[in-house]
Amino acid sequence: MRSFYGTTLANPLMLGTAQYPSPAILAEAFRRSGAGVATVSLRRESGADRAGQDFWAMIADLGVPVLPNTAGCHSVKEAVTTAHMAREVFDTPWIKLEVIGHTDTLQPDVFALVEAARVLSEDGFQVFPYTTEDLVVAEKLLHAGCEVLMPWGAPIGSGLGLANEYALRSMRAHFPDVPLVVDAGIGLPSHAARAMELGFDAVLLNTAVAKAGDPAMMAEAFSRAVLAGQAAYAADPIEPRDMAAPSTPVIGKAFLE
Amino acid sequence: MKITLNGESRETEARTLAELLAEIGLAEAKVATAVNEAFVAAPARATHALEAGDRIEVLAPMQGG
Repeated sequence: MRSFYGTTLANPLMLGTAQYPSPAILAEAFRRSGAGVATVSLRRESGADRAGQDFWAMIADLGVPVLPNTAGCHSVKEAVTTAHMAREVFDTPWIKLEVIGHTDTLQPDVFALVEAARVLSEDGFQVFPYTTEDLVVAEKLLHAGCEVLMPWGAPIGSGLGLANEYALRSMRAHFPDVPLVVDAGIGLPSHAARAMELGFDAVLLNTAVAKAGDPAMMAEAFSRAVLAGQAAYAADPIEPRDMAAPSTPVIGKAFLE
Repeated sequence: MKITLNGESRETEARTLAELLAEIGLAEAKVATAVNEAFVAAPARATHALEAGDRIEVLAPMQGG
């Protein structure tokens, strides 16, 4: 099994921590899903409400590895500075590197992404780059020091699923040894299962669980889906074919005409 | 002197970044700091002198996807 910078996940579901109706429901979603990673972020805190301190206490209680992000960053400098701050606060070299290039689609600025990945990798970070499915960009990210790639399934929060399955399949084929994560755009457990059936190593999602009518139940559904997809890939599925082929043996069939 | 803390103007007596964190009750909190868009690591806060007009960011853990 491919590992993430030496860490093998207990469950290939990487679950975001934002947008839940309440902290209790967030904790319940993690408990019921057994998600292998919790993604987190940073925000301003000036002392009065100490919301960040309470949030951190709850996340620490989950006992799940945390993957801090650089969400909302639009430049190399901003992303690199945010990554340094995240490394200190969360005490991890892991960073989900987001450098947003387009405000409508939240598409990554892949040029800035590669540069930020190089700077951070040289500084000892273990970078999880949020990228597109472009193979040339993927090559450059690996060359920059990334040992994981996280192509989008579809735009963040859209719930569209795997918008370009061909490209994801081709990524899997081109980088057989690189851990791959579909990050963003997942709407349904079947999307997540499909990503795992393609041979992806994990699926990262947030909105599809947090905004569901029953987030904890949906988190459990996603957990089952990724595990099913993972097992299916390992079990070496059959190739689709256009012609029918009887599954019940024909030999020994009674002659009753 | 006048500084900008997390985007808001503020008067402070603090001479260093560490003193500013103590002033706002976050001396022991799980936060990361930046001054004028540059990261200042926790061990350097006590010796990082503040100047009028400094832009200070104090960030804490939050929910993220």
